[in-house]
Amino acid sequence: MDFAFMRDTFLTLMRGVPLTLNLAFTAVAFGAIFAMLLALMRMSRVKALDWPAQAYVFVFRGTPLLVQIFLIYYGLGQFRPTLQEWGLWTFFREPYWCAVLALTLNTAAYASEIMRGGLQSVPYNQVEAARACGMSGLLLFRRIVFPIAVRQALPAYGSEIILMVKATSLASIITMMEVTGLAAKLISQTFRAVEVFIVAGLIYLILNFIITRIIMAIEWWLSPHLRRPPAIEPRLEAAHV
Amino acid sequence: MSNGVASLSTQSASSEAASAVSVNNLRKSFGNLEVLKGVSLSAKEGDVISILGASGSGKSTMLRCINMLEVPDSGDIRIGGETIGLKKGRKGMEPADQHQVDRIRSRVAMVFQSFNLWSHMTILENVIEAPVHVQKRPKAECIAEAEELLKKVGIVDKRNQYPSHLSGGQQQRAAIARALAMHPKVMLFDEPTSALDPELVGEVLRVMRSLAEEGRTMLVVTHEMGFARDVSNRVVFLHKGVVEEEGTPADVFGAPKSERFKQFISSHR
Amino acid sequence: MQQLSYFELVGFGPNGWGWALLTAAGMTIAVALCGFLAGSIVGTLVAWGKIGGNLVTRSLADGYTTVLRGIPDLLVIYLFYFGGSAALGAIGSLFGAEGFIGVPAFATGAMAIGIVSGAYQAEVFRGAYQVVSRGEIEAARSVGMHRWLMFRRIIAPQVLRYAIPGLGNTWQLVLKESALISVTGLVELLRQSHIAAGSTRRPFDFYITAAVLYLLITWVSTFLFQRAESHSMRGMRRAS
Repeated sequence: MDFAFMRDTFLTLMRGVPLTLNLAFTAVAFGAIFAMLLALMRMSRVKALDWPAQAYVFVFRGTPLLVQIFLIYYGLGQFRPTLQEWGLWTFFREPYWCAVLALTLNTAAYASEIMRGGLQSVPYNQVEAARACGMSGLLLFRRIVFPIAVRQALPAYGSEIILMVKATSLASIITMMEVTGLAAKLISQTFRAVEVFIVAGLIYLILNFIITRIIMAIEWWLSPHLRRPPAIEPRLEAAHV
Repeated sequence: MSNGVASLSTQSASSEAASAVSVNNLRKSFGNLEVLKGVSLSAKEGDVISILGASGSGKSTMLRCINMLEVPDSGDIRIGGETIGLKKGRKGMEPADQHQVDRIRSRVAMVFQSFNLWSHMTILENVIEAPVHVQKRPKAECIAEAEELLKKVGIVDKRNQYPSHLSGGQQQRAAIARALAMHPKVMLFDEPTSALDPELVGEVLRVMRSLAEEGRTMLVVTHEMGFARDVSNRVVFLHKGVVEEEGTPADVFGAPKSERFKQFISSHR
Repeated sequence: MQQLSYFELVGFGPNGWGWALLTAAGMTIAVALCGFLAGSIVGTLVAWGKIGGNLVTRSLADGYTTVLRGIPDLLVIYLFYFGGSAALGAIGSLFGAEGFIGVPAFATGAMAIGIVSGAYQAEVFRGAYQVVSRGEIEAARSVGMHRWLMFRRIIAPQVLRYAIPGLGNTWQLVLKESALISVTGLVELLRQSHIAAGSTRRPFDFYITAAVLYLLITWVSTFLFQRAESHSMRGMRRAS
């Protein structure tokens, strides 16, 4: 166990962290928007919207992420002339955009099921009370349904974000030099797999720990209604009816 | 005022004292079960009507038809003289104009059996939610009024706490404050004390009594015979989707005409 | 270069890669199965450690599940493959052999999958164990069953029954991880498609075919797990 080597390895691999986080959060952000669309399609009770959304989720959850990445990065090369005509080739030629697209499409499938679960778990009687006050449509969604759904879905969504950070490691296979890419290069140069693995693993564990803590803090901030009530405030005047 | 266009108030004033709610020949089925078989009811401003009946008699369904939480299969509903438009949709009858329904709902407040306060908002936020976002009134004014209402129902010191921190009786009083904040023309109470522990029922009934004494129009589905007898000025008894008995408390409790109602009273002593 | 139709490419004719793809799919299932079974053994041990162990065992088990669910699977595969090769190389150089000795990709792949899957399966078993009624275990103790017998006859069958849904999920995870082993050169489905794609310059056709084959395997797996679940739940009253 060569600690000097491990320290150098740590510094080398840390340079991959920005790209790891960039890939993960870009994919999560775009994926969340698409996921909300998919979730609403699934819940719309319109078969022409429900079935395509179901099919999408089935395909993207049922095939390996690496196959999805290869399809976009290598597979679309088969249509290069057409894509060049449409001016899209510069986008699909870049491993970064291919990786982001694949990760986005993949997380959208998982996240849409999480969001759908959250939306469906909103207690109906609170929705009814809102309707009885004259709320409907976007107002009802914005003020009542969405806030409650977010609170229900947050733990599962936090797990999904962690999974996305791990998934970015697959981008290394299409030449992206994030943490795993740098680690693979280092291993093939030095053959010291165990030490590089330990450092790389440590970096991912630290990232996960930080992200988990942030999610827990957000959960705590959003749920004062689940905590013990504050100390009783002084009564302003005697209650009278 | 005769300018050719009958305003709502003259329309109703010409018939009887201002009609707050008028429900005519409602029918409603859930699947094969016909719950309302032609129910009619009408309330003037200031009426406090107790609606009694066994479970399954259709009383809650009738109340929920008034603010369109249930849509009747046939019959019509008029609030303040305005008829709620209905049309035939894919899965039965539905409101013709959602905007009309929303507008009417913002003037008809409902208090639910299980309170239905919004769990992610404080009590104060619950009370100002509809005035601010549905009725679009200035927030400062709504907050000031909310605090007055919470004082009136006796829980102003809980205004920054969440519903889960309050007892059932306190939550229901908060729900009543929420209903009052909308300046409702009509208040609907759907078994407001049925989900409460017996010790907590009294505090809620006291609030409701004071509202009645203020002259509010209230339709109350309840099992509380005391309230029906002492506070309301009319009693309606529903049995299996039909109005079996109707009249003032003195008439109805003093000299009940229907056999079933007599049985009902004696079993709910 | 002749322009072959899609069906000629993936078919079973002279230019078709059909057999190669199907064989590779078989390899995918094989390595996934071996990995899954290895994971079941590891998972059972780790779960046992979490449930009945002392503080040291429990901490080790907790550390194992936290670490292996927190790092990318690809890293674990690299560790086993390159680490294993380095170890073999070191041993080999003792005997005079030089250079990079690749460890068998199947073995390292299955082991890597097993180690990772073990962490997930341990959590599934632990959760399932907590559902098994305390009373049944007490009854077993009171008739004098010793621990191994109790495990074999009472605990294991019940835990398995409740674990089936969770195991179905971890099986799907293992199937998808098997695609990652292609980086070590093992000719499973993704690697075979990659080879065919490179050889015929028709990457999209082959990766789509691979995707369809993965979906097929997923679909059949889901069906089999649902059958297993209904079979195991016979004779039990459900909440719904």
